Amino acid sequence: MSETTTPTSNAPAPEAPLTRSPSTTPWRKTRTAKLLASRDAITIYALVAFLIYASISIPRFASPVTTGFLLLDVIPVLLIAMPMTLIIITGEIDLSVASIAGLTSATMGVLWAGGMNIWLVLAVSVLVGVACGMFNGFLIAVLGLPSLAVTIGTLALFRGLALVTIGDNAVANFPKPLTAFFTSKLGATGIPTVMIGVLVVIIAFGVLLHFTPFGRGLFGMGYSKEAAAFVGIKVARSKFWLYVASGAVSALAGIFWTLRYTSARSDNATGLELAVIAAVLLGGVSIFGGKGSILGVLAGVLLIGSLNYALRLGRVSDVVLITVTGLLLILSVVAPSIGSAIRGWRHTRRVRRSTEP
Amino acid sequence: MSSALDSRKAPTRQPVSRGWAATASVLRLRELPVLIALSVLVIVTYLINPLFLSAQGVKDLLLNATIIMILAVGQTLLIVTRNIDLSVGSILGLVAFGTGSIFAAMPNIPIIAVFGIGMAFGVVLGAVNGILVTVAKVPALVITLGTLYVFRGLNNAWAGGKQYFAGDRPDAFGGLSVDTFLGFPIITLVAVVVVIAVALYMSGTRAGRDLYAIGSDPEAAKAFGIKVSKRVLLAFLANGALAGLAGVLYASRFNSVGATTGTGMELTVIAAAVVGGVAIFGGSGSVTGAALGALLLTTITSSLTAVRVDKFWQQAIVGILILAAIIIDRLASLRTAKKLRISEARNV
Repeated sequence: MSETTTPTSNAPAPEAPLTRSPSTTPWRKTRTAKLLASRDAITIYALVAFLIYASISIPRFASPVTTGFLLLDVIPVLLIAMPMTLIIITGEIDLSVASIAGLTSATMGVLWAGGMNIWLVLAVSVLVGVACGMFNGFLIAVLGLPSLAVTIGTLALFRGLALVTIGDNAVANFPKPLTAFFTSKLGATGIPTVMIGVLVVIIAFGVLLHFTPFGRGLFGMGYSKEAAAFVGIKVARSKFWLYVASGAVSALAGIFWTLRYTSARSDNATGLELAVIAAVLLGGVSIFGGKGSILGVLAGVLLIGSLNYALRLGRVSDVVLITVTGLLLILSVVAPSIGSAIRGWRHTRRVRRSTEP
Repeated sequence: MSSALDSRKAPTRQPVSRGWAATASVLRLRELPVLIALSVLVIVTYLINPLFLSAQGVKDLLLNATIIMILAVGQTLLIVTRNIDLSVGSILGLVAFGTGSIFAAMPNIPIIAVFGIGMAFGVVLGAVNGILVTVAKVPALVITLGTLYVFRGLNNAWAGGKQYFAGDRPDAFGGLSVDTFLGFPIITLVAVVVVIAVALYMSGTRAGRDLYAIGSDPEAAKAFGIKVSKRVLLAFLANGALAGLAGVLYASRFNSVGATTGTGMELTVIAAAVVGGVAIFGGSGSVTGAALGALLLTTITSSLTAVRVDKFWQQAIVGILILAAIIIDRLASLRTAKKLRISEARNV
C-alpha cells in the first residue's frame, strides 16, 4: 500500500520546480496564491471580516471602550502565545505557563508585603519566571524528556510552589500609580498604555521567528529533528532558550495579571494554558511543528478575544462563550482536511474520467 | 533479559533459570516502581500515624482513588495508541449532571438503567472525539482540547446555575459509595473490575495488542494490516464509556453536581497514567500501572495530610512525583534499550 503510493506522490514534487523555474512568473503566482490561501491568512480574513461585521451590526462595538477592554482582556494570552508559538513550531509544548504566571504573582505579593522596593520586586518576579523556564528547559532539552509529560508535572509543581509561597492569602495594596498605569489608556484611542510593551514583545518574537537564522532553525526542527541536527542547528540549545523565554514572558503575563486586577493570589491565571494553546492552534500553527506564523497567531488571539467580547456585548451569556472557542478550534483544524478530502475526491474523479475512453 | 541468556547457555539448568526468569520478569515490570513507591508511602505514613490504615482511612483512600482510576484506565487505552483525550473532565461533568437530572425527573428509575444511560451518553461524547480524530485525521490533542471547551459549554448551558444535591438522589444510589463489601466500597469494586477486565483485554486479545502496535509505529501497523482507524475509534468509544461510568459514580460519591463538575480533571488523569509508567508517546504502559498511578497520586495527598505536612505543600509534591516518574521511566527505558542492543548483537 505505502510502497505504491510513495513513488506517485513523490514524482511530481521534484519535477515541478524544475520545469517551472525557467518561467518564474507562474511559479511566483502560485506562491502568492498559496500565501493568500494559507491557514494563517484565513484566520486573518476571519478576524477582519468579523471586526467589520461587528462594527456595523453590533451597537457600541466600534468604540474606544471596546478597544480598551478587549485588549486588556487578551494581553495575558497574547503575551504567552508568542513563545508558545515558537515552542509548538519546534514540535514541543509548554503546559506550565499559567502556573509560572501564578507563581510570579504569588512571589510579587509576598515580596511586596515584605516591604521590598517595587522595582526590585518586579525584577525578582521576572527572574522567578526565568528560573522556571530554565528548569523546564533543562528537563526537556538537556535530559530529552517528553515536553507534554514534563510540563504537566511542572504545571502542578509551579502552582504548588505558588501555594507554598503565598498560601491562601491575597496581597492587594500595590502602589496606586503603578496599578493605575496598568489600566491607563493612550489618550482617547482607548488603547492601553501597556500595549506598547506588549507590541515590543510581539515584534521581538516575530523578528526572531521569521527574520533570523535561529527562527528558520526552529521550523527545521519542527520538520525533522534529526535533519536539523545534521545541518548544524543546535537543537537542544535552541529549545532550552525557548523554554527560558517562555518562562520570562509568562512571568510578564503574571505581573500584568497581578497589577491589572490589583491582586496577587496563588490561583491567578489558572487554566490559561489551554486558552493560549487553543488561540495558537487557531492561528494556524501545526501541533506537529514546522508550520505557523506570528501574524496568524496574533489574528487567532484577537479573533477569540473579539468574538467573546462581542458575544458578551450582545448579552450572550458567559457560559456559551467557551463553546465558541472550542467550536472555532475544531472547525479550524477539521475544515482544511475536509477541503483536502474534497480536492482528493475531485482529483481521482478527473483522473478516472480522463482514463475512460 | 539476562535470564534468557542464561537459559540458552545452560539448558540443563532449566528449572533454576525458569525460577530466575519469573523473578526477573517481576523485576522488569513497568508497574514495579510505582508499586514500591505506593508501599513505601503507605508503610511510612502508617508508622507515623496508625490511624491512616484504620478501616475508615482505607475506605477513604480507595474512594478518593476510584474515579481517577477509571478515567486513567480509559486514558491509557488512548495514550497507548499515541492519542489523548483532554475532554474527559468535561465528559464526566456532563454525565454527572445528566445523572442528577435523570434522578430528579424519574426518582424511581432502576439504578442499573442510570448506569446504562450514563455510559451510553459517554459513548456518544467519545464518538464525537473519535470520529473527528479518525475521519478528519486531526491530532487528538487539538480535537479534544476543542471538545473540552464545547462539552463544558454545553454543560454550562444545560445546568446554568442549577445544582443537584445528594438529597435529590435515591439513598441506594448514594449508598454505592458508602456501603462496603469485604471492606471495599462498592464503587471501588466496580473500578477494580474495570481495571482487571481492560487489563486482560489489553494483554490477552488481538485487538488489545493491536493498540500497542498502533502506538509503537502507526505506519507499520497499517502496513501489517491492522485497521488503525477502527481500533482508534473503538478506543475513543471505550474511553467515553469509562468516562461516562466515572461520571455516574461521581454523582454517587459527591454531594453536588453542577456546571463546573470535573473541571481541570484531565491533567490529573494524564498525570496518573504517566506516573503509572504509561509512555506519553504511545506503544507501552499498562492499565494496571495507570490505576496504580491514580492510587498513588490520590494517596499521597491523604498521607501528607495524615503526617501533618502543610497542606500548601501537597500540590508541589505531586508535581515532583510526576517529574520523578518521568525520569525513572526514562532511565528504565534506556536500560532496556541497552540490553536489547546487547541481546540482538548476540543473536546475530
